Amino acid sequence: MLSFDPFELNHPVQQFINGLALGSIYALIALGYTMVYGVLRFINFAHADVLMLGAYAAAFVAPVLAGFLGGPSLLLLFATVLVAAVVCAGIGMLIEALAYRPLRARPKLTVLITAIGVSLFIEFTAQHPAVFGAKTRPFPQLLPAGNLEFAGATLSRVDLLIPVVTVLLLAGLWVLVQRTRMGMAMRAVSFNQNAASLMGVNNNRIISFTFGLGSALAAVAGVLYSVRSSGIDPLMGIRPGLIAFSAAVVGGIGDLGGAVLGGLLLGMLETYAGGVEGLSNYRDAISFGMLVVILLFRPAGLLGRAQVEKV
Amino acid sequence: MEKLMNNGGSNGAKRWLLLGLVLVAVVSAFSGMINRYYLGVLVEAGVNVTLAVSLNLINGYTGQFSLGHGGFMAVGAYLAAKLTLLFGPALPPALQPVLFAGALLCGGMGAALAGLLVGVPSLRLRGDYLAVVTLAFGEIIRVVFQNSPAFGAATGLSGIAPWTNFFWSWSVALVTVYVVLALVHSTYGRGFLAVNDDEIAASAMGINPVRYKVTAFVVGAFFAGVAGGLFAHLKRAINPEGFNFMRSIDVVVMVILGGMGNTAGVVVAAVLLTLLPELLRGFSEYRMIVYSLLIITLMLLRPQGLFGRSSKGGRL
Repeated sequence: MLSFDPFELNHPVQQFINGLALGSIYALIALGYTMVYGVLRFINFAHADVLMLGAYAAAFVAPVLAGFLGGPSLLLLFATVLVAAVVCAGIGMLIEALAYRPLRARPKLTVLITAIGVSLFIEFTAQHPAVFGAKTRPFPQLLPAGNLEFAGATLSRVDLLIPVVTVLLLAGLWVLVQRTRMGMAMRAVSFNQNAASLMGVNNNRIISFTFGLGSALAAVAGVLYSVRSSGIDPLMGIRPGLIAFSAAVVGGIGDLGGAVLGGLLLGMLETYAGGVEGLSNYRDAISFGMLVVILLFRPAGLLGRAQVEKV
Repeated sequence: MEKLMNNGGSNGAKRWLLLGLVLVAVVSAFSGMINRYYLGVLVEAGVNVTLAVSLNLINGYTGQFSLGHGGFMAVGAYLAAKLTLLFGPALPPALQPVLFAGALLCGGMGAALAGLLVGVPSLRLRGDYLAVVTLAFGEIIRVVFQNSPAFGAATGLSGIAPWTNFFWSWSVALVTVYVVLALVHSTYGRGFLAVNDDEIAASAMGINPVRYKVTAFVVGAFFAGVAGGLFAHLKRAINPEGFNFMRSIDVVVMVILGGMGNTAGVVVAAVLLTLLPELLRGFSEYRMIVYSLLIITLMLLRPQGLFGRSSKGGRL
C-alpha cells in the first residue's frame, strides 16, 4: 500500500523496469520462504517481519553511515544493506533457535502456528511506543536524488539497480548451493534429514545457516523496498510478505528457481495491472487470483514436482 | 459441554440443545439487568463461538488447514447488513426479527457458496498449498468488497441496525455446536475424521475424501457467514479491513487453543479469547504482545491445545 509510483505514465520501458524491480524484490523475499520450506517443510510466517526489521535497522544505521561516507551514494546503499543483512541474519537465527528448534520433532502444524505467533509478537512489539511506534516514519535517502532519462522514459536509479543486485545475489546463491560443501549439506538436509545426519551433516548448524541466509535476503529486499516507498511502519512487511509467499508457492515451494520465477511473474503482473485503468484497485486480487488458477492446474506450483504418496 | 459431546447426535444432544436454548431465552429475558458492557462482551463471545466451532469442522475434524474464515465472515456480514439496510427501514418493528433471520440465512448461504468455490480447489491441493489458496480467496473476497461501491467500498457499511443481542448470538452458537457435533457423530460424519486421519486409507475404504472436504468447507463457511451477519449487527459498522488475514488468524488461534477437533474445548477457548483482551484492557499497549506470547508458549508447552487430548485431533 505504501509503495507509490511517481511516474504515472505508462511508458513501456518504464513499466517493464518497474515490474522487473518489484518482481526482483518479491523474488528475494520468496527465496527466504522457499529455503526455509526446503529444509524444514513449513511456512515461516515471521519472514515478512524480519523484512520489516531489516528496513528499520537500515533506517537507524543509515544516518550514522552517511556521516562517515558523506551524503547519499551507491556506497552508502551497499553499506546500509550489508549492516541490515547482518542484523537480520542474527535475528533469523535467533528466532529459529528459540521458537522453532524446540518443535523440530512436532507436527508441521504446530510449527506453523508458532510462526504465526512469532510474527504477531514482532509486529506488536514493534508497534509499542517504546520500540518503533505504530506511525509511519520517513526512510532516509540512500541514493542521490534525480532520475535517469532513457529513450523518453523516466527511470529511477533504484529501479535500475534492484534487478542488477538481484541477479548478483542469485548468482552468489547458486554458487553457494551448488558448488560449496555448505550448499551440498543444505541440499542433503532438504532431501532427507535423517540420512544427512547419518552422513555427518550437523543438521542444526545447516538449518540455522539457512535461516540466517534467508533472513539476510529479506533484509536486502526490505531496504530496497523501503527505498522505493514513501516510508516504513511496523506492518510494512505483511503485504509484500503475502505476495512473495504466494510467489514462492506459484513457482513451486522449495524450489529456488521457482521462487524467482514466481516473484518476477507476480511483480510484473502487479505493475501491468496497476497501469490499466479500473484494474489498479484489484491488483492484489489479480495476484491472488493467478495463484489460485496456477495451483488448480499445477497443484505443486510451476516448477514443483507433484509427489506421489507411497503407501 | 462434556455431556453434550458424549451424547452428540443422539436424542440426548437434542435435549441439551433445547435446554441450552431455554437457558439462553431466560438469560436474555433478564439481560436488561446485566451491565451493558459485560453484556456486549458476552454477545461477542457468542459470535466468536460460532466462528471457532465452524472453523473447527474444517481445520479440526476434517484436517484441512483453512486460513480464509475471515473472508467467509465478510460475505455473510456484507450480505446480511446490505439486506437489513435495504429493507429494514420500511418494515414494521414486528417483522424486524423475521427480516434479521432472513438476512442472516442469506448471508450464510452466500458464504456457503464462497465455501463451495474454495472447497473445489481442495480436490487437488493438500496441506500448505490448500492453506495458501484459502488465504488467497479470503484476500480476494476482501479486495472485491473494497472496490464495490454498492458495499461502501473502502469505508464499508455503517448505520446497521443493532439487532444482535444475547439471544440471537447464543442461539446461533448453540445451533452451530449442535449441527457440527451431530454431523461429525453421524454415521456419514465419521468420514470427516477418516479423511483427517489418513486420506488414502479412507478412500481405500470407499470414502470419497473430496465430498467430505467440500462438505466441511460449505457447512463451515455457512456458519461463518451467519456469524458475520451477527457481527455486522453487533458492531453496526463494517469495513473491508475488519475482515483481513488477521481476523482469520484470530479464529484459527481459538481452534488451536481449544484443541483441534475438540468442540467443547474450542467453545471454551473462544469465550476465553474474547474475554482476555477485555481483561487486559488496562494494559492495552501490552495486550497484543501478551496474546502473541501466549500462542508461542502454548505451542511450545501444550501443542494439542488447552483441552485437546491428541495433537492429531479428531478423537472422540
